[in-house]
Amino acid sequence: MLDFLKPPVLTIQEFVFLAGRAFRGMSRRPHYPKDIVLQMDIIGVGSLPIVLLTGFFSGIVMALQMSKALQTYGAVNQTGPIVAITLVRELGPVLTALVCAGRNSAGIASELGSMKVTEQIDAMRALGTDPIQKLVKPRVIATAVMLPCLTAISDFVGMLGGYIIAAALLHQTTAEYWNASYRILEYSDIVQGLLKPFVFAFVISLVGCFYGLRTRGGTQGVGLATTQAVVAASVWIFVLNTLVTKIFVSI
Amino acid sequence: MPESILRFENVTVAFDGTPAIEELSFEILKGEARIIMGAAASGKTVILKTALGLLRPDSGRVFLFGEDITDRKERQLFDIRARAGILFQEGALFDSLTIEENVAYPLVNQKMVKCPPQEVRPRVERALTFVELEHTLDKVPSELSGGMRRRVGIARANITQPDLVLYDSPTAGLDPITANNIMTLIVKERDMRHATTIIVTQRLQDGQILAQYSYNPATDSLDRVPGEIEGIGFLVMKEGRLVFEGSAKQLRETRDPYISKFVLRH
Repeated sequence: MLDFLKPPVLTIQEFVFLAGRAFRGMSRRPHYPKDIVLQMDIIGVGSLPIVLLTGFFSGIVMALQMSKALQTYGAVNQTGPIVAITLVRELGPVLTALVCAGRNSAGIASELGSMKVTEQIDAMRALGTDPIQKLVKPRVIATAVMLPCLTAISDFVGMLGGYIIAAALLHQTTAEYWNASYRILEYSDIVQGLLKPFVFAFVISLVGCFYGLRTRGGTQGVGLATTQAVVAASVWIFVLNTLVTKIFVSI
Repeated sequence: MPESILRFENVTVAFDGTPAIEELSFEILKGEARIIMGAAASGKTVILKTALGLLRPDSGRVFLFGEDITDRKERQLFDIRARAGILFQEGALFDSLTIEENVAYPLVNQKMVKCPPQEVRPRVERALTFVELEHTLDKVPSELSGGMRRRVGIARANITQPDLVLYDSPTAGLDPITANNIMTLIVKERDMRHATTIIVTQRLQDGQILAQYSYNPATDSLDRVPGEIEGIGFLVMKEGRLVFEGSAKQLRETRDPYISKFVLRH
């Protein structure tokens, strides 16, 4: 039984150590601002097209499904508010995080994994650079800054998708749709909708870095690290989403 | 008595409970050279990484430049590592950086090496000229051949003029001509700066070049010296254990079945 539990416990311990070192390093020099900006471009701007598409079509699908259900109760005009609440509280943060986990956790794990198996990480350490400061910290900061921005954009284009359906198929006016959507959203919804991606950002970046930096073997090891990073990040996004939602529901 | 550059005292390094090196003890003094030989997976690379604190021993002590580095934290190791240069097995050049940036990396990133920004480029050019690759400044590593990448690695390892230089299999996988060129550069570097050198190799020939040849600046080539150069020692590893330590002559004359087989094969 103990032997069975050892590997996952060790993995969690190593992850906590890495996260601890990354957080401790936040206030320490050097800060590598150029690397942070580069990563913000790769993670944020690079993910924008897929986040826009995902957000837009989720809004459309949500509006289509909800309008059908709401028709039964004669409450089609509530489509906008339902789309807005669902997107801002849940779908926006979770879908954007999952898309970014697939794209960025995998990217980070494969990049760092390739560096690990070609001894570039060892070379970096031997030549006076702490890989946590140089590689992990910029990726964590960049993801933490960009993911809430991406989520906000995704929420907006989702609502835009919902509006297109509401206007084209449900014959709602622009004012009707946007006023109802705007009024239904409370301050806590916005906080929840932006806090979640901030939390998920640490999962996406740290999990990618963690699996990348512990890559062993050759190209096969890089492939395995990439897969593990995406799976682990996706699972943790769902787990943490449940926790944060529970906290906000309790409040 | 010359300064102790590197000392291993009963060092064991294990991965997942399996020792990669076991109870290893040896010492190298200033100006000396060691050639570490052994079959694949005999722990040669692990020795080099442990020497710089890149791997932590499970037991035993490691002394680098007379200082015990065994339990030092990563941040405390940077200053002492700045006194050593290393060539990794495949060069380990940063593939996102140009050759100029790769070679300049130790100058720019090592705090101990106080190099004014305006001196970085001339020093990089000098280091690349030394390995005859001054025309590759703006290229990226993927544009170079395996032998050229090793030469860039040598330039990077030596640009700060470190007291200790470690070479991990510098000739592995290279054709004989390129391999001999690489060894010529290593001997040239050793003789011009009198740096302490440790080289890991599977080719006895590499060790012989290091032990029997010296660099002649007048002809820019290697000359055979009568006998052997002093302070050159061979270490032979077998499955993580040190099975031989001695001079080139002792290595040739050994009766040990494993070592003599190894020597004859290479």
